[in-house]
Amino acid sequence: MGYQYTIWILILPIVAFVINGLGSGKLPGKISGWIATVAIGISAFLSYKTAFQFFGSGSHEKIIAVKTTWLRFNEGLQIDMGILLDPISIMMLVVITTVSLMVFVYSQGYMKGEKGYDRYFAFLSLFSFSMLGLVVATNLFQTYMFWELVGVSSYLLIGFYYDKPAAVAASKKAFIVTRFADLGFLIGILIISFYTGTFDFDILTRPEAMTLPVTATFLGLSTMTWALLLVFMGGAGKSAMFPLHIWLPDAMEGPTPVSALIHAATMVVAGVYLVARLFPTYSVLAPDALEVVAFIGAFTTLFAAVIACTQFDIKRILAFSTMSQIGYMMLALGVSGYGGEEGLGYTASLFHLFTHAFFKALLFLGAGSIIHAVHTNDIREMGGLRKYQPITHILFLIACLAIAGIPPFAGFFSKDEILAAAFATHPIYYIIGTLVAGLTAFYMFRLYFIVFWGKSTSYTHTPHESPVIMTLPMMILGIGSVVAGLIPFGSYISSDGVPLKGHIDWVVATISVVLALVGILIAFKFYKTESAKPEAISKSFGAFYRSALSKFYFDELYIAITKGVIFRFVSKPLAWFDRNVIDAFMNLIAAITNWVSSQIKEFQSGQLQKYAFIFISGVIIILLSFLYANQ
Amino acid sequence: MSLQELLLMRHEWLLIAAVVALLLLELNFSEAKKTNVIPAAAIIFTIVTLIGFLPSENGRAFGGMFITDPIRTLMKNILNLGVLIVFLQSGSWLRTQNNFNRVTEFYLLIISSVIGVSYMISAGHLLMFYLGLELLTIPIAAAASYEQYKSKSAEAGIKLILSSAFSSAILLFGISMLYGTTGTLYFSDIKLAGELLTVLSFVFLFSGLAFKISIVPFHLWTADVYEGSPTSITSYLSVVSKGAAIFVLLIFFASVFGPLQEVWQQVVYGTAIFTMTIGNLFAIRQQNLKRFLAFSSIAQAGFILLGMVGGTPLGMATVIYFILIYVFSNLAAFGVVVAVEQVSGKINITDYNGLYNTNPRLSLTMMLALFSLAGIPPLAGFFGKFFLFTAAAESGFYTLLFIAVLNAVISLYYYLLVVKAMFINKSDAPIGYFQSDYSSRIAMSACVLGILTTGFYSPIFEFIKKLCLESF
Repeated sequence: MGYQYTIWILILPIVAFVINGLGSGKLPGKISGWIATVAIGISAFLSYKTAFQFFGSGSHEKIIAVKTTWLRFNEGLQIDMGILLDPISIMMLVVITTVSLMVFVYSQGYMKGEKGYDRYFAFLSLFSFSMLGLVVATNLFQTYMFWELVGVSSYLLIGFYYDKPAAVAASKKAFIVTRFADLGFLIGILIISFYTGTFDFDILTRPEAMTLPVTATFLGLSTMTWALLLVFMGGAGKSAMFPLHIWLPDAMEGPTPVSALIHAATMVVAGVYLVARLFPTYSVLAPDALEVVAFIGAFTTLFAAVIACTQFDIKRILAFSTMSQIGYMMLALGVSGYGGEEGLGYTASLFHLFTHAFFKALLFLGAGSIIHAVHTNDIREMGGLRKYQPITHILFLIACLAIAGIPPFAGFFSKDEILAAAFATHPIYYIIGTLVAGLTAFYMFRLYFIVFWGKSTSYTHTPHESPVIMTLPMMILGIGSVVAGLIPFGSYISSDGVPLKGHIDWVVATISVVLALVGILIAFKFYKTESAKPEAISKSFGAFYRSALSKFYFDELYIAITKGVIFRFVSKPLAWFDRNVIDAFMNLIAAITNWVSSQIKEFQSGQLQKYAFIFISGVIIILLSFLYANQ
Repeated sequence: MSLQELLLMRHEWLLIAAVVALLLLELNFSEAKKTNVIPAAAIIFTIVTLIGFLPSENGRAFGGMFITDPIRTLMKNILNLGVLIVFLQSGSWLRTQNNFNRVTEFYLLIISSVIGVSYMISAGHLLMFYLGLELLTIPIAAAASYEQYKSKSAEAGIKLILSSAFSSAILLFGISMLYGTTGTLYFSDIKLAGELLTVLSFVFLFSGLAFKISIVPFHLWTADVYEGSPTSITSYLSVVSKGAAIFVLLIFFASVFGPLQEVWQQVVYGTAIFTMTIGNLFAIRQQNLKRFLAFSSIAQAGFILLGMVGGTPLGMATVIYFILIYVFSNLAAFGVVVAVEQVSGKINITDYNGLYNTNPRLSLTMMLALFSLAGIPPLAGFFGKFFLFTAAAESGFYTLLFIAVLNAVISLYYYLLVVKAMFINKSDAPIGYFQSDYSSRIAMSACVLGILTTGFYSPIFEFIKKLCLESF
């Protein structure tokens, strides 16, 4: 049986987008939400069907389910559009459609009565379409196109409340930062295609292709290394890796379900997916580039975890925790080798991507449920919510345990594999990773205790539990957060397609679990009931605490660079040049055009005899020019 | 002659049958019910167009006078599509007080002219070609003066018939010189060498066709005739008549004048520059939308020459592809002009101020059409122009390409003027909201669909390319 039906996984969301987009403002009631939900529901069903069919067949070979040539440059180089099915793309299909479906259902409750309800679902469907198109891309160019589409839909959704200046600014920031990163991606693609003559993943990642003539070097590194580093730059932008992370915290201005879908579970892991997609190429042709990936990942995971400990906005804490977790995934990819046991990092990274999608989406949806009830993002204004929101409380706790890596929750298994992979090759990254595991437990439980326990806050109106349409998707994700780790992931996904036997490294596991428990304990001591200890400790850290609170001043740094250096010394002279030289030149051309145009209007006199005269003159002039030329 | 040979002329027979059918209908409808011919003609022509797309036999008839092959069939089909759209758009104009009792006349004239188009494209003999050309022109000259009660329309008819008589004379002169040098008029028998007399005959023949295509300096009739004629005739002239002449020019370059490539390349090169530039320079100044579109279509012809100049089969394919897109884009623009003119009688660009507020859909259609003509991605016009430019680049005509790109920028400027008028300019008395009739809405939707999809659906271009590689 073929896989042609997978095309419908893509078609349905785009159809929902078109219907909701064209019918915006005209569709009655909540029909738009249902159109989008049913479409993504069927997509989800088809994704599961694909997964069962593919993994059930036992073969892990790549399958091109659909393929059409879109643009042919020459005999060798052409751009295809198609659907590539292999373990990782199918896993992504499952993750994206599942989380999308949950978020779509949840949104029907969360966005109820909001202005632009159908616009919201139109954009959401567009996003799902783009993200699905991205993961099934058969070639780099298709990836790039959907990559940009994902960027656009993210932009539209962050700026959904377009009358709120902060949201508009955040959407612009996200778009510009990721676009800047994508510039690197595009250059990388061009270099790769120039040297290899193809965009196709199938050819690029085939082991035979590893003998490609890529010996040219630049600044000491091979061209392929440079190209793959540039591709990684694009991935780092989308995945909010340091130093291109600055857009992610601000992106929390969008509606919370959007943050759950885009900025937690799907789009932000696109960078990880991209590196994983090209992993054989990275691993064989550019190990140096992988070192960079590992370093950036390790740095980001620590950096973001430290900041997360100091923040007070519930969604921003989650945003930094997302950065930190994606840092883990990048780190795991970076330390991985190709094939066999050495490929543990690769499996671990995607495993963590998989489990993280569940508990992080749950955390965000839980945060949405809380915000929905108390109408604020600031955790200092929350407290004691366990009494008012029992379901949210339990589910949030499950997610916190999962992210903290407490067995038997999902996060434990994947994080353990990452740490084991790092331990085997890069001990220093292992130490960072373990430390961050403790930090993660601390800041997540800091959040948990402040919000659900802590001081009893008097609310202006009593918070209430969210409706079933919101809690039901959270429960399903909660189940995922518990059981997702039990899947024998390595036997499905491994760097070289040969099943990898997963096992728990007990030493690594014990150390990280103990550290996590210590983190939880500290959080418990500090925040279960209101106390002065945190204040005192943060005081003792002094400047370090203040800079972490201000996200290490990176926003300010970027503004200083863009405003102070780029605007003043690059943009202003360019603007002057543009206005006074280029525009003046253009105006001159325009003036000349106008002048000539008015000079020749006499030819069009309306008199037929003149027309005939010009006609015959034309013939004679052409002839004379030939006579002259032939002499 | 066998029945088989006669059946090769399927397009022509269908058109003739359509003429006969319409004549019979005309006889059967009473004076008051003459307008019933309008839907009847639309249906008949739809059938004609659809049957044209069915797979057909290839071959030669009448000892090689008449040739039909897939590429020629495709050309005819593209033009039939254009005619169909023109028919659909002209319904409400034909129903007006002054015209309703002469409806059939309009259809008979146009279909007769299309018969000429078909024979001209299928000609395998220069006389056959000439007859087709005349059959194309004379009914249109009559149709141009369809609104006799308007002096402008009468003027347009007279100007068209006189100037085409003039150009025909020169063309015929060219044909006779060709006969003098080679002793035959069959395309397949003519073997040209680069002697001066054949160059002379080529230039004469070229000028005759260039007249139809409105290539500078043979374009002067265009603006006056386009402006004066009823708008439906103008759209026919700008799309079908022009497209037919371009197709024939393609065939000539590939067959009769193939050996003379060096000569015609220079002529095409030179006239392309002038046509683009002069067309654009005049278009900038126009206030009347019909004149505006006249000059814009001249400039477009200049771009089309860009595809021909290399003389490669790929270039020929880009030209045919571009014409297909041009049919949609230009007819969408004309569709809006016809609709607005019918309701308000207004035809100037300033009259369109504020049109978006009153008629958003019509304005969007016009915008898409103009953007497509200007070649803005992702509309079909972009792909059309892009391929034309690629064809010129592949043959190494970089200077020409540079001039073409400059001209594309100029053209963007004046196309945007119209868009600006509709969307940005304010008007105290904008054209009020109205709804055009069903058939023209269908026609415009078809055009918009064509503009939006043709560029993306790559099998179309691949198909044309394949045919061109086989035929040229």
